[in-house]
Amino acid sequence: MDQTISVRVNDRSYDRSVEPRLLLSDFLRHELELTGTHVGCEHGVCGACTVLLDGVAVRSCLLFAVQADGRDVSTVEGLDGGTQALHPIQHGFWERHGLQCGFCTPGILMSLVPFLQENPNPTEEEIRDLLSGNICRCTGYQKIVEAVQLGARLIQEKSA
Amino acid sequence: MKPAAFDYFAPGTVDEALGLLADYGGDAKPLAGGQSLVPTMNFRLAQPAVLVDLNGIEELFFIREEEGGLRCGAMTRQRSVERSALVQRISPLLHEAMPHIAHSQIRNRGTIGGSLAHADPAAELPVLAVALDARMYVRSVTDARWVSARDFYMGLFATAMLPEEMLVEVAFPTLPSGSGWAFDEVARQHGNYAMCGAAAVVGLDGRRVVERARLVFLSVGEGPVEAEQAAALLVGEQPNAEAIRAAAETAATQDIDPVGDIHAGPAFRRHLARVIAERVLTRACERAAGTEGQ
Repeated sequence: MDQTISVRVNDRSYDRSVEPRLLLSDFLRHELELTGTHVGCEHGVCGACTVLLDGVAVRSCLLFAVQADGRDVSTVEGLDGGTQALHPIQHGFWERHGLQCGFCTPGILMSLVPFLQENPNPTEEEIRDLLSGNICRCTGYQKIVEAVQLGARLIQEKSA
Repeated sequence: MKPAAFDYFAPGTVDEALGLLADYGGDAKPLAGGQSLVPTMNFRLAQPAVLVDLNGIEELFFIREEEGGLRCGAMTRQRSVERSALVQRISPLLHEAMPHIAHSQIRNRGTIGGSLAHADPAAELPVLAVALDARMYVRSVTDARWVSARDFYMGLFATAMLPEEMLVEVAFPTLPSGSGWAFDEVARQHGNYAMCGAAAVVGLDGRRVVERARLVFLSVGEGPVEAEQAAALLVGEQPNAEAIRAAAETAATQDIDPVGDIHAGPAFRRHLARVIAERVLTRACERAAGTEGQ
């Protein structure tokens, strides 16, 4: 039986009627047409579907949309805060070639947002530990690590 | 890769949740963090007719000190356990092992009770529960009981809980003074399922002789596997490198009987078990003797 839910996504409210079995990842992509959240493995391993639920990085393929009722979800589409400008972390990825095909990138970016808020000046080891939860099959991670380091610096410069 | 249809309930209290489990019996599954249950539902390996979502039950989220030990509500997120100063002080072994559980994004959502009740033989928390003599508080509509971790695990993904029962709380006793502890595991990539891992707890007496020892493995059997012969060998010994090496050898050759899978064959698992046992027993003995890092 469908259930009515009200979810805030990137500071906009959406009311929808959904089946309980609808995954949050599919809700975002198919119901809200926010296709920036990518779906890779659908069992929590690849990290491509990572979004923020009330500010916390989680796998959207391991949550049901009904569980997001009354909650705040942030996806890669909201990273610019409505400014149409790249977020400093995105700028780091652009500048340092932190992506090739880009499939894994939205999940990595969403993992990084709370990580760099809590840990504005991470070591390479801390960055690699964080990235272990996101699989990239193009770049070999070196460029991603450099992109995160630049992104962290750009955030600090912006807030200085 | 989409779950089969189910009826969804989101109770606000433990009593409501237990009522739903009583009403639906084996057709219902409690949904904790969902980091194991939802993948199996996506694969349709699990097709529960009813999901009872515990995420809205505030009384299940807590970490507190009680009777000198640690008490965690079943829905406490693994990330909260990892970051708790109280856990670090009262149960340093638990604190040391938490970062080994999957990736941070999984620990953000995964719960302590969910992992304990899931009883995956590759999981860290059941091993820690056995190593630390944890007790599980299990409730149903009609009954409430404490079950020791040793009695709780009954084999592959099997626990002593009945379908209408639910794990609501876990208690970790404080280790006696003179205790040392350690956890380690080997995975191909940090955060992946470990090919082998172990927790050790060692107690020394006033003469610095081993009076208590416990060594528990993950990923070498159908659940947490206690190396009883190895522990017995260590008791009464001086905790020196020779005694530890002998115990690790016994653990790897006598106490466990690992099967192979695509990640590691039985011989490699035994090798890992010996190396990891030696590491964790050494560190546990050093901590018990207060000589760590010397």
